[in-house]
This record gives sequence, structure tokens and C-alpha cells, in this order.
Amino acid sequence: MSTELTGIVVTFLLTILLAYPLGRYIARMYAGEKTLLDFLNPAERFIYRICRIDPNQPMNWKEFLKAMLTINLLWLVYAFFIFLYQSHLPLNPDGNPDMTPDLSFNTAISFLVNCNLQDYSGETGVTYLTQLFVITFLQFVSAATGIACLVGFLNGLRAKTTDNLGNFWSIFTKTITRILLPLCVVIAVLLAFNGTPASFAAKDKIITLQGDTVQVSRGPAAGMIAIKHLGTNGGGWFGANSAHPLENPNYFTNMLEIIVQVLIPMGMIFAMGFYIKRKKFARTIFWVMTVGFLCLAIPTIITEIHGNPEIAHMGVAQPTGAMEGKEVRFGPAASGYWSILTTVISTGSVNAMHDSFMPISGLMQLLGMLVNAFYGGCGVGILNYFIYIIIAVFISGLMVGRTPEFMGHKVEAREVKIAALVTLLSAFIIKGGTALAAYYFVYHGNADWAVKPNAWLNNPGYHGFSEMLYQYTSSNANNGSGYEGLADNNPFWNITAGFAMILGRYLPIIGPVAIVGLMAKKKYVPESAGTLRVDSLTFGTMTFAVIIIITALSYFPPLVLGPIAEYLGMH
Amino acid sequence: MTNKSSNKLFEGPLISEALRQSFVKLNPRIMLRNPVMFTVEIGTVIMLAVCIWIYAGEKSQGGLGYNLAIFVILLFTVLFANFAEAIAEARGKAQANSLRKTREETPAKWVQPVGDIFTDEVKIIPSSRLKKDDVFLCETGDIIPMDGEIIEGIATIDESAITGESAPVIREAGGDKSSVTGGTKVLSDRIKVRVTTAPGESFLDKMIALVEGASRQKTPNEIALTILLASFTLIFLIVCVTLKPFSDYANTPITIAALVSLYVCLIPTTIGGLLSSIGIAGMDRALRANVITKSGKAVETAGDLDTLLLDKTGTITIGNRKATNFYPANGIDPKFFTETAVLSSLADETPEGKSIVELGKLNPASFNLDHSTFIPFTAETRSSGVNLSDGAKVRKGAFDAIRNQVVKAGYPFPKETEERVRMISSNGGTPLVVSRNSQALGVIELQDIIKPGIQERFERLRRMGVKTVMVTGDNPLTAKFIAEKAGVDDFIAEAKPEDKMNYIRKEQQGGKLVAMMGDGTNDAPALAQADVGVAMNSGTQAAKEAGNMVDLDNDPTKLIEIVEIGKQLLMTRGTLTTFSIANDVAKYFAIVPALFIVSIPSLQALNIMHLKSAESAILSAVIFNAIIIPLLIPLALKGVAYRPIGASALLRRNLLIYGLGGIIAPFIGIKLIDLLLGLFM
Repeated sequence: MSTELTGIVVTFLLTILLAYPLGRYIARMYAGEKTLLDFLNPAERFIYRICRIDPNQPMNWKEFLKAMLTINLLWLVYAFFIFLYQSHLPLNPDGNPDMTPDLSFNTAISFLVNCNLQDYSGETGVTYLTQLFVITFLQFVSAATGIACLVGFLNGLRAKTTDNLGNFWSIFTKTITRILLPLCVVIAVLLAFNGTPASFAAKDKIITLQGDTVQVSRGPAAGMIAIKHLGTNGGGWFGANSAHPLENPNYFTNMLEIIVQVLIPMGMIFAMGFYIKRKKFARTIFWVMTVGFLCLAIPTIITEIHGNPEIAHMGVAQPTGAMEGKEVRFGPAASGYWSILTTVISTGSVNAMHDSFMPISGLMQLLGMLVNAFYGGCGVGILNYFIYIIIAVFISGLMVGRTPEFMGHKVEAREVKIAALVTLLSAFIIKGGTALAAYYFVYHGNADWAVKPNAWLNNPGYHGFSEMLYQYTSSNANNGSGYEGLADNNPFWNITAGFAMILGRYLPIIGPVAIVGLMAKKKYVPESAGTLRVDSLTFGTMTFAVIIIITALSYFPPLVLGPIAEYLGMH
Repeated sequence: MTNKSSNKLFEGPLISEALRQSFVKLNPRIMLRNPVMFTVEIGTVIMLAVCIWIYAGEKSQGGLGYNLAIFVILLFTVLFANFAEAIAEARGKAQANSLRKTREETPAKWVQPVGDIFTDEVKIIPSSRLKKDDVFLCETGDIIPMDGEIIEGIATIDESAITGESAPVIREAGGDKSSVTGGTKVLSDRIKVRVTTAPGESFLDKMIALVEGASRQKTPNEIALTILLASFTLIFLIVCVTLKPFSDYANTPITIAALVSLYVCLIPTTIGGLLSSIGIAGMDRALRANVITKSGKAVETAGDLDTLLLDKTGTITIGNRKATNFYPANGIDPKFFTETAVLSSLADETPEGKSIVELGKLNPASFNLDHSTFIPFTAETRSSGVNLSDGAKVRKGAFDAIRNQVVKAGYPFPKETEERVRMISSNGGTPLVVSRNSQALGVIELQDIIKPGIQERFERLRRMGVKTVMVTGDNPLTAKFIAEKAGVDDFIAEAKPEDKMNYIRKEQQGGKLVAMMGDGTNDAPALAQADVGVAMNSGTQAAKEAGNMVDLDNDPTKLIEIVEIGKQLLMTRGTLTTFSIANDVAKYFAIVPALFIVSIPSLQALNIMHLKSAESAILSAVIFNAIIIPLLIPLALKGVAYRPIGASALLRRNLLIYGLGGIIAPFIGIKLIDLLLGLFM
């Protein structure tokens, strides 16, 4: 096996090796058992005291969601106004300007919802203050929000019948103090030692070997880059994200960043098994997700290693594979692997430009985000997967001759309605948004906007279509990666993508939590020989089939017109 | 009658009625009940408008013939779906009507009330004029005109018209066997019957109303599935609507016919068109099994049952206990013991008593019983017998009752008899001790005969995940033995009526769904409490009111069939949904390349079926989509076969057949239709 492939395999195995004990720790921590970090108790009690929180106050699903939505709204308002006036605030050594209202709207939502779609460039669009106190702050709390909602959801599954999903505030606080902060400290230190800047100094100036003068942006970046990956946020300190040599200096940091971004999503699956005491269920989900991930990653890696057929037609040899838009220090295999991992989970950080990948790889990246549940984002990955489970449970429950049930609770009209609504929503956002963009591009190409619609696309034809489709897919999946060919910093994209992000974030969280809240209140039906076991391989396969079929049927036409047509045109 | 009724799915008169109804149901207000098919109807109207538009001279939408063909196929898609529902309704109604007919045109001997005193003045009126609480008279040879309760007399009745069972049954006033059913025939004696149901309110009437569209309510599961199907429909609506701007971007004009066809092909029309007929067919199948259901939900619930409560007598064992052996005590002449045993039972009219006489093989006439007095069984003495003219007192009864008498009289109770009693009990038998002048003579063994084949049925239930519970008045030892022998999972011994109720409650608190079968008035509360309560038709009116199903055959093992019918109903819905959705894969591969054949020639690589032309590809897909509905009507009506092989194995099997099959079948079907169309186009 080549060194490139070995690197990927080792990285992946290391991830599983680290995620398993982390999952065990997470489960113990939320269950209130003894852990190493119990010395933080006084600090948490202090937080509860000054916030006047009773950490033991039970919350039903409505109270739980209300608490989550209220605090999120507060953060949105806070972020929006700070971006709007950032040039007047301190910690702006480079003198970067205020954001426009539409960009501020988009950026505030983008970081609040764990999406981190960046229509600005880190070097010029934000100040150190907003980087730290808005962006990094939101990266912590948005990740913690997702995880807290998952834990509330699991509390509903944990008890046979309950009305109590736990206290949002206490779960949220513990998520930050006991998972995110400690891990981030370790990661940030490792990054800083490998060359990632961690100072408040302004831009530096270097003179290259050719004699050009280059301004190099810096800043207290290491901590932000740690939580950016750990919290599956993905928004980079620098515009080029993890392709930037200061954000991702070498192969070790590349491994570190790709491992830590999937650490919590994967760890939460194991944590779920320990926490609700259904290890086999968690294992089945882990395998389904892993198979799904590999189905996307392997074709991508192969395609990228084989290089671009158009270049091959010209008679140019590509011994290192398709290198356009990739970093020499990582190569096509590691870049391909990263591009799929970052799209199946909702990080969306990049170490190569997705716009330059081969059509098949682009298709796989899109599919990763359309499914959005192969590991998925912090906490929300399992919540998304749960929607597919509900649909699979419903159909296969019928197929074995029982009215459908999940973990001892009947799945009835209300639960199906919520699951159907969430499924419907993403189809609506992605295709509706793309259709709207295509409509403006075709019929109002010369509209008198800051960027005219007919100038949106860097590439005409199928690839241009993929650029638009990718933007909404990424927004809806709260992924945040993008095809850089799209000129997205203008009101149309800022606002529509903003709404796509906000809907794509909260409804898929509210849906599963509400379903579990409703189900947990129902009476518990014990399992019998006629009950469909949701931890069986058969049911895992069924869920996988449901994911494939729903995704394929919902998005076949746009995928055909984008990456598939591009691919067929090339061959 | 019902058993003789044809099992053919389609019969002439039913078809013509169903065909008529298919058109009646085109009324949008009726169609609205089925959102999936309603949108197809809208698509049909749009295509009609497009045809008119083209006729008026529009050139951009393709040829008139092609558009007209799409319009006709869509219309047929709707008609096929309507036909599926109509044929299911027609079958259910025909089945119920055939049961009802017998009773409507029967002459009734109406007893005219004079004041509060019933005179025997009888007037003959048609049964349809009988009202609730009227009293009528039935004599030998009469057909009972109406459901009712016997208030006076006893009669043997031939219920074969309803149950298909030829052996006559006895019905008498008072007690749990007082109910008679309209349409059955009195074979002997004479009874007075009070009408218990108002015309139009009998269970059959209710059932017919359930089958008919108007009052049929969707069951909770049907509602949930409808929501899921509606959301799939919306997803595909979004697919088709957004395709327009997408194709504009790709510089490809798409005709309205192509968009509407794509939409109709993608939405789950197969299950959408068959959904209501599946539900009706479930009730119809129950009716064919001679079970009248009072709601569609009850059939559905039956598929989920966790626990079945079954009476021992008549369900698990054949009829009643029979005497199988005489065991005289040491030193008692066997012949003398047999004689005494028979003597003790001569006046005993219970089946047990009769079986003792039978086993003795002695001529009852050989006994001289003049001046003898019979002592009937009472709950207090727990024994019965006869005081002979010579003063001898013969008694037979439960072991402890007789032992008390013996010990009280100062006699020893024979050791070997006591031993034998214990042995009989532990073998599931019932010991009856016989005494003469308070001296124990020996013991008679009564045994239950377990129905042949019952173990297999319970095994089948166990594999379905259903727990069986035997309810019996026997002592725990006997009950345990029979329970083990018959293979039931649990038993309630020495059961009082409230024990059943408590057991049901306990199971339900654990989240289980419980079914029970009962006939007596004292069963009514438990029948009402159970999730599925099946009352026997011979049972009291109270029992029938309390349950949610009535079994015309009075066959307690019917519960097993009801469970299977419920499971079949749910499975048919699940498998056809899977099939319907899986079909879409092939339809995409047929239609999408056809849409872009001109502007993006490279997409021809996706035309893996090598369909001839764009128009033929679209037509083939729509035709396949339409004809699959009538092709699947038999499956919807008969139901998918249930196999108790465990949930996961069943899921694998059905996924393979209906999931994988659903992906492959349309590839073949569409290709074949395309080849056929190639002959004409």
C-alpha cells in the first residue's frame, strides 16, 4: 500500500481508537458517575449560582427546547450587532471594516448554527475581537447546543416512561466544561507547537525568494482552530481554511485536525450505547454510518488519485493524481479523505478546494451533506439519523405485521408527521433554493444587484449548477464548506443561505427531540418475539436502504444536471 | 352459507358494481380523502387542458396523440385506484348482505302485547317490521327472524346458516346461552324471543357501514401511513416543480406532459391507490372467517396482540372432562364400585356425570330407583348423589368434601385412595371420590382431552410473539398439568370472572395488548377491558356489546386467525409501500434521460434500459405505473402471507421480495412495454 493510503488508514483507525474511550467517558460524565474531571464541580456550581440555575430542575421536551431556542436567539442578536460595528471595537490591529448588514446576518447565523459558511475572508473581514468573542465563542456554544440536545434526546430514550429530558442549562454547561474546553486546550497546544499562530500581533511582512513583499495575517488562531474542528464547526481563521499553511502547517496537524473533527460525532455514538445501555444498537449504527462513509470516501480517493481525465486527454502524465486546488504537503488521497469526512460530519473545513475536485468527488461530497447523518455533526448527526430511523421503523414495522414501535414506544401519526416534515424540509430548502438561484440566473441575469446574477458563477454549465446546488446543500446541512467559484458575498446569497442555515439547523433538532419527548410519555411496550429489533443487522441494513432511497429519490434530478452530467461529459 | 360463498376475487355482479363506483368516485370531494390519488386527478385535468391547448394550435408541447395518450393513461390510473377501493367495498358489502338477507324476508310470529300482559295472540308480520323489545315466537321448523334473547323456553337450533357447523346447538332462557341469531332455524321445541337490536343497528349493519365509504374512518395506522405518503408526494412535487428552473438553466425545454408524467410516476400511486382497499379487505377477510368486527382499528390491533386469554374448556380441551378410570379402594369389589359410581351419577345431568355412566357400561334401567331421592350438587356440600330406598347414602364429590364426611363419621380414609387422588391430580385429571354410607369406596378419574393440533397452534403463536394464557376453574395442579401438555405459556387456575379482569389489567399496565374471548354476561367487563374482545355469537347480548368483535362460529381458537388477519393487514400496507417507493428507481432511469436527450446527449448513458425514444420512455413508465395497480389488487385483497419466522427474518424476506423485487420489476416491465410500444410507434 502506498504511503498516502497508509496515512489515511492509520488516521481512520486512530480516530476509532480515540473515539471509543471518549464515548465511554462522555456517557459516565452525563450519567453523573465519577470521572477524572470531577474537580471542576465547584467551577460549575459557581456558574449555576451566578446564572441562578437550578441544575436539577427537570425539563419536559417543550421546556428543554424553549431554553435552547431562547439562549440561541440571544446569541444571534449579540453576534449580529458586534459584526455590524466591529471596526469601532478594540482588538482590530489590521483595521478591518464593519460588516454589511446582510453579511453580518449571514455570518452571525452561520456561526450560531454550527454551519460556518464564510462569505467573508478571515484576514480582512473580521477583527481579533470578533474572531475570539463572537466566532470562537459561538463555535463553543453551538457545538455544546447540539450535544446538549442529543443528551436530552437520549434522556428520553433512557427511561422507560418519562417526562423529563434533563436540565438543558446543566447539560449545556457540563458539555463545555467537561468535554469541549479540556480537549480544546490539548489540541490548541499541539497546534501552536506545530506553528499555528497564537499571538495578538498584527499582520507580518515577509519578502519571498522572488523578492515580492507579502502581508501575512496572524492572530490568536490556535484555540479557534481547535474548537473549529472539535466542535464540527469548520469556519477557518484564514480565508483558505485548513489549506492555509498557518492553519494546518504539516501532515501531523492535518492528521490531528481530521481526527479531532470526527472525534465527538463518533464518540457520541459509543456514548449513546453506554448511556442508554444499548451497546448493540450503538454498534449497529456505528457500522451503518461507517459503511456509508466508506461508500463515499473510497470512490473519492480513487478518483482523486487517478487524476483529471481532461488533462490525461492532453497527454499530460499525472503521477501525483489530480492536484488542482490541493496542497502538495497533503496530496490527493489525504485531501480526498478529508473532503468526505468534513462533508459527512458537519465541519466543512477544507484542506483543498472542493471546487477543483473531480465531478465524482463533488457528487460524493454533496451526498455526504445531503444525507448529513454518516456520523454527522456534534450531537445533531445522531438526531438526523434518528429521522431516518423513524421512517425505517415505520415501514419495516408494518412489514413484520405490527404497528411500528421504537424502543418500546409506539410510533404513530404525530411522530411520523414530524419526521416527514423534517425530511420534506431539507428537500424544500435545497431544491427550492437552487431553483430560485437558477431562475434568477436565467431570467434576471442583469438584475441591478451588487453582483449581477449572471456573474455569480465562475464556471458556466454543469459545474456552475453544482456550485449553486452545493451552496444550499452546505447551508442546509450546516456544513459550511463551499465551492469557491460562487460569488456568494451579496445580498441574495447572504440572505437566502442565512434562512437555509437557520431552518436546516433548528427544525432537525426540534423534530427528533419532540418525537422522543412525545414517545417517552407513552406507555412502554415490552419486546416480544414479534417485535422488530432495531439493533439487528437487518434493521441496520433497512435504515441504510431508507437513507439511500430517500436521498437518491429526492435529489436525483439536480445531481444528474450537476456532477453526473459533468462526469458523463468528461468520459 | 358463508363457507360456501365463493372465494373467487372477482365475480360478475361485483365487477359491474365496482366499475360504476370507479367513475362515481372521480368526484373530487370523494377523491380528497386520498391525497395521493387526488393529485393524480389534478394531473389528469391538467393534461386534458394541455390537449385542448394543443388542439387550439399550441406547438411547443408535442403531438396531440402523445398528450392524449398520457391523459388517457392518467385517467386510467385514477380509475384503477378507484376500482381497487370499489371492488373491496363491493366484496365486503356482498358478504355482509348475504348474511343479512336471510333475516329480512322471514315471516315473524309477533306476539301482540295487550297492556302489560303478553297474550299468546300471534300475528305474522315480515321481520323487517320487528322493533327493538318486540317479542316473537318460534316453533319447530321456523327461521328465527331477528337477533334476540330467549325469554322463555328452550330449543335446539340449527346455526349452520351462519356458522357452517351442522351439529345443532341448544339455546335456553336465562344464563349465558340465551342469545339467538336471525337466520338460524329452530329444530325442536318452542321459544319466545325478545328482539335486542333495533333494525339497522345490528352488528352486521354496523359492519356494512364500516365497509361503505361514508362512515369508514381511517385507523390510526392508516392515518400515519397517509401522512408519510403525503410527504413523499410533496417531496416529488418539489422535485418536479424545481425541475423547471433547472431545465431552464440547462437550456432544455420540458413539456408539461413530461413533468406531469414524471410526477405521477414518482409519487406512491401504487400504495396510494390500494391503501383503502387493503383496510376494507382486512375487515372482509375477518368476515370471511365468520368474525364480525365493529371497527377497522380492532383488526389492526389484533396484529399487535401480546397476550391471548383462552378458556380451557372448548378451546384447549374437547368439550368437558370425561371419566377415564375407576380406582376402587383396597378390599372393595371393582364391580361393586363401578355400580356405586354409576348409581351416584344416574341423576347427574352434567357432562361429567354422563361420562361416568357411559364408562360404567351398565344398563341404567337395571337399577331399581323407586323411592330413591337424588341429592343435587351444591356449592356447600360440593358433592351429589342419591339416597336409596334401602337407606343407603351414595355420594360422589371432591376429595376433601368426601373426606370430611368420612372422617366426621369416624371412618378412616383409605391410604391408597388418597395416594391415587394425588396421582390423578398431578396428572392433570380430576378425582371424584365415591362414598357409601360415609365410607370411601374409591375414586373415579376424570381427564381432559386436549384438542389435537392445539400444541402446534400455540407454538405458532409463540413464534409470532404472542403469549397464551389458559383460564380455568380447575385447581392449580390440574391447570398446570394441562397448561404444560397443551403448551400454553401461563394459566389462571380456579379463575373467577374478576381474575380475568385483573390479569388483563396487569398485562396492560406492562404495556401489553391483550385479547380475550368470552360469552357470559360476567365476561362483559373483561371483554370491554381487553384490547381485542371477541364475543361469541351464542353469548349474551351484554357480552356482544362489550367486545369489539363477534365470532359467529363460537370457536375460541378463532383468535389465532384474527391475529393473523391483523398482521396480514399491516404487512400488506408495509410491503406495498416499499414496493411503490422502490419502483421509483427504474422510473427515474426511464424518464430523466428522456427529458434531457436533446440538450445533454451524454446523459444517454443513464438510459440503461435502452428505451426507444423519449416519448416511448415516458409512455412506458406511465403505463407501467397505471397497470401495476390492477395487477396488485389481488394481493391487496388477499393480503401478504404471514409467516411466524421472527421479526428480523420476516423483514429480510419482505425486503427481498418487495424491496429488491420492487427495484427490479419495473426495469423489466418498462422495457417490455417499450418493446410493445415500438411495434406501434
